[in-house]
Amino acid sequence: MSTSMMKALNQSLRDALTEDEKVVLLGEDIGTLGGVFRITDGLKAEFGEHRVVDTPLAESGIVGSAIGLAYRGYRPVVEIQFDGFTYPAFDQLVSQLAKLHFRSRGRVKMPVTVRIPYGGGIGSPEHHSESPEAYFSHTAGLRVFAPSSVEDAYVMLRQAIDCDDPVIFFEPKRRYHEKAEVELRTPEKTGSPKAKVLNVGDDVTVVGYGPTVYTLKDAVLAAEDEGIGLEVIDLRCLDPLDLDTVADSVKHTGKLVVVHEASRTSGIGAEICAQITETCFDYLEHAPIRVTGFDIPYPPSRLESHHLPDLDKVMHAVDTVMRRNETHTGGAK
Amino acid sequence: MSTKHIDVAAGCLPTHQLLNVSGERTPDEELDHHLTGLTEQDLADFLRDMVVLRRLDNEATALQRQGQLGLWAPLLGQEAAQIGSVRATQDDDFIFPSYREHGVAWARGVKAEDLLSVWRGATASGWDPHEVNIACQQIVIGSQALHAAGYGMGIKFDGGEQVAVAYFGDGATSQGDVNEALIFAASYQAPVLFFCQNNQWAISEPVALQSRTQIADRASGFGVKTWRVDGNDVLAVYAATKAALAHARHGLGPTFIEAVTYRMGSHTTADDPTRYRKNAQLEEWKVKDPIDRLVNHLTVLGADVQSYQQRAQNAADKLAADLREAITNMPDPEPSELFENVYSEVHEPNRREKENYLQYLADFQDGEA
Repeated sequence: MSTSMMKALNQSLRDALTEDEKVVLLGEDIGTLGGVFRITDGLKAEFGEHRVVDTPLAESGIVGSAIGLAYRGYRPVVEIQFDGFTYPAFDQLVSQLAKLHFRSRGRVKMPVTVRIPYGGGIGSPEHHSESPEAYFSHTAGLRVFAPSSVEDAYVMLRQAIDCDDPVIFFEPKRRYHEKAEVELRTPEKTGSPKAKVLNVGDDVTVVGYGPTVYTLKDAVLAAEDEGIGLEVIDLRCLDPLDLDTVADSVKHTGKLVVVHEASRTSGIGAEICAQITETCFDYLEHAPIRVTGFDIPYPPSRLESHHLPDLDKVMHAVDTVMRRNETHTGGAK
Repeated sequence: MSTKHIDVAAGCLPTHQLLNVSGERTPDEELDHHLTGLTEQDLADFLRDMVVLRRLDNEATALQRQGQLGLWAPLLGQEAAQIGSVRATQDDDFIFPSYREHGVAWARGVKAEDLLSVWRGATASGWDPHEVNIACQQIVIGSQALHAAGYGMGIKFDGGEQVAVAYFGDGATSQGDVNEALIFAASYQAPVLFFCQNNQWAISEPVALQSRTQIADRASGFGVKTWRVDGNDVLAVYAATKAALAHARHGLGPTFIEAVTYRMGSHTTADDPTRYRKNAQLEEWKVKDPIDRLVNHLTVLGADVQSYQQRAQNAADKLAADLREAITNMPDPEPSELFENVYSEVHEPNRREKENYLQYLADFQDGEA
């Protein structure tokens, strides 16, 4: 059956609500309206206003009250309406949600999932296109999931809700309408998702997650035309990072390109390049390079195509690590 | 503009006082009936609680001065606000404290040495929240008010009989989280009591810098039933808390109590209040001392005050001696604890980091051997 990512997420929430009466959804406009992206469409009517809760317009309030609900034994799933509205909740996410299990010496569990539609490419005004994942992968105590596919949207959201640790769940909003022929099945085992090799290749390891994975799939075809084999890895989970899968790949390709929309400096890509350099130094034939957003505030949408990693930028980076454009000394941003 | 001469405007709400400074009962139409059933023995127990608590507080300050604690936040002067309120709660009412509610935790059964272990830096939490129904202490100002609001929403959703109680100070009322908590609790008519100890000072900042109206008047603006009480009057605090909890248990939603008290000591042992406040104010509040007030009241009642005081003193002496012994003998935690409980489920990088560091330490020991 053909399903969109939106429908897969909706079904994931519905199944979680059905299976565990302690699951409650909280967010702005998620009840009667079904969310601004309609991810929670129909759920309030089905489960009632005490399971699918329209909240006052206050992000810190939403996350903070979810923490209180978790103290009470609930398993809250929070929706932050847009990436750029996450920051009013920063203290509650970073100083409270992330640390309460540690602070309580393991006596208080915080099985809270925070869903954040993120990333650009949808022509929106400021604060609607950001990629804030690095803040959360930098924070001990949080897990960070970033699915790219329709199937993963369903499965990983079930895993996130099932996890006894707090999970920041990044949804690639510009891929909400992507469709796939999948059967949505409850995952057999919980825990954090491992990275997945989407395409086997011999020449360059290309790592991405979330919205950029679609670009990497295009790159596979473009590279094939030029006789280059890309090994594409979808990270899926940004904390804990599964870099064993990446290292295994780099050990046979000798070359690494990391791609994300978020700004470059101190981003996820920096961490991956550093760790792979530490573990695979003797295998590397070229310095790992990153294809990322610029170190700028997210630009007005008429300029966002310059900011976002696209096929050309990824191919330029592939050429660089293949030393096919030796006049350049670094990767394109 | 200097803030020196700012004063808080007269409030709209009366300040309930059931015991005047001389210890005489003053009638209060609204709150009197909440004292029904309170015996002389109960009053003697309040006295013992407050005397022991003051001793615990003094001993902790001394232990900090002697290098046994990293820091301490004294509660001197706030004994009635804490004991009066916590003794009015039921054991299953869930409390969300800040970092100065030592009396609340101790009254709920947390051992003094466990309380102090956090301030010694030996552990991240001195108690099991689910055992004593008190959340971990909160240092970020006001954040816990939202946790109480959420807990209260949960009680409402699952039809429980309990009340969530948030403790915070006058400074916290400026925080967005406290305001959002009032909004959330009011929106869902959740059973939450917001208990504000207005101790007049947020470190060096007088309450007038936080609010140009009385704090209680601001709470009313959220549609939350509010009382302002003399926070050094253990009976007024107890009665108002009983009233607020009954209000919540009747399904009438959140409440707010402003307990007007005074922080007689420093903000913490790292603070020097002589830099920002005058002795005259301190002298003014000494007269209103919560323990003296209750002693005076027991005297007015014709009770055998001396024997009650002696009993309280004995309990305080024992607690102080035991506490000193426990703290000075408290071992440092093992290095492996660094990595424990960061996550609830296995987290591979965390597991490897722990393994590597413990191996690193073991290698040193092997080298020394």
